[in-house]
Order: sequence, then structure tokens, then C-alpha cells
Amino acid sequence: MKTKLESIVEALPYQAPFLFVNELTFISEEKVEGNYTFSPEEYFYEGHFKDMAVTPGVILTECMAQIGVVCLGIYLLSKLNSENDIKNLQVALSSTEIDFLKPVYPGETVTVVSEKKYFRFNKLKCNVKMLNSKDEVICKGTISGMLKISENEE
Amino acid sequence: MTTEQIYAKLLPIVKTYLPEDVSEKDITPEKDLTGELNINSAHLVDVVLDVEDEFNVEFANADMENLRTMNDAIDIIKQKLNTK
Repeated sequence: MKTKLESIVEALPYQAPFLFVNELTFISEEKVEGNYTFSPEEYFYEGHFKDMAVTPGVILTECMAQIGVVCLGIYLLSKLNSENDIKNLQVALSSTEIDFLKPVYPGETVTVVSEKKYFRFNKLKCNVKMLNSKDEVICKGTISGMLKISENEE
Repeated sequence: MTTEQIYAKLLPIVKTYLPEDVSEKDITPEKDLTGELNINSAHLVDVVLDVEDEFNVEFANADMENLRTMNDAIDIIKQKLNTK
């Protein structure tokens, strides 16, 4: 039996090399927590940077958005619709405002914690932070996205 | 509240979310907020949330579907204020 948390990760519209969610550890209508381990083999380390591998901020943002906004959005939509419809999910990032405080090196595991500010008229806005294994804040801010189930598959 | 009073309060909210290539002079009561004023769907939600705070009303999903122009917004706000 798949758990609720596993089925949310499976419903994500991403795959390698652009899936940045390993597992969810908590979800409610107000909050989600999950984690991801950046393998030293990730494709972007080859170019960022030339001489030293550091995880790009855009990738940290993507990881925060996938766990913090898209996973939470799938959960919230599944509360409103029948679960089968989640495969017609449409997602768009609408805005981000993030401060970056610490670097993430290859092999590190990060935890993302996201709290809903609101989910109205398909727009989900969240306060999101990313923590390292020492529980230090790597980056934090707000992310919003539009999430809806497309209805044109009748 | 009169139509003019509502319009005067609505105008600065809509201005905030206009894209850079649309001038505030382009705003008229008949203009389509997304189609003509180019406000994207995420910002249209922001407009509605600001309107809710400003007028102390609450929009339902059906109101959102009926919201196309400045005039639609004024009609919806009027209707909400009258039923309070």
C-alpha cells in the first residue's frame, strides 16, 4: 500500500534530472515538510562552478517550490477533487522572493518546510525555508504558484 | 458607496499590478483586466485579495469567474456591500 505522502510525490509532474523531492515527512492543509539529497552526480555541478561544485540558487528555489508549493498544492487540490484527476495537473510558478544564507555542496541533504499563507482561486502562496542537516537555515522566503486541474479531458 | 467612490478605491489597486508596458491611462471601466490590461492570472488573484481587504468583502469562486472588467469588479463589490 502506498502512503498518502508517497502518492503525492508520485503525482508530481517532474522526473530526473529535474525532480528535487525524495520524500515528504509531513503534510496538512497548512504545512508540508520534505527532503532531498543532492547527489554529487547532478548534471549542473559540471558547470556551476567551473572549479568548485556548489548547488545553484535557482535549483534550491526549484527544490523549495516542488516540495513547498507543488506537493502542498497537490494535497490541497486532492481535498477538493477526486484523486484520479490529479494527473491533469497544470502548474506555473508566479513569484519568488528568497534570501540565500548558506551554500549547499554536492551530497548534502536538505529539508524544506513550507507554511501556507493562502490558497485561493488556484493561487498558492507559501512561506518556505530550507534547512541543512545541522538545522541551519540555507534559504528562506515566499513562493507562489498557480495550480489547477485541467478540465479539457472530457 | 457610489460607483465613483468604488472606482476611485479600485483604481490604485489595479494600478499596482499593471505590467510595465501598460499605462495607467489605459485603465477605463470597460477594459478587460486580463485580455486588454494584460494583468496575469496570478496578479488577478492579488487584485481580488486587495479588493477584499479594502472593501471588507469576500469573493466566491463564481464571482471570480464573472470578473472580466473594472465594471464587473464594481458590480460585484456593490452587490457584496448591499447584502452585508
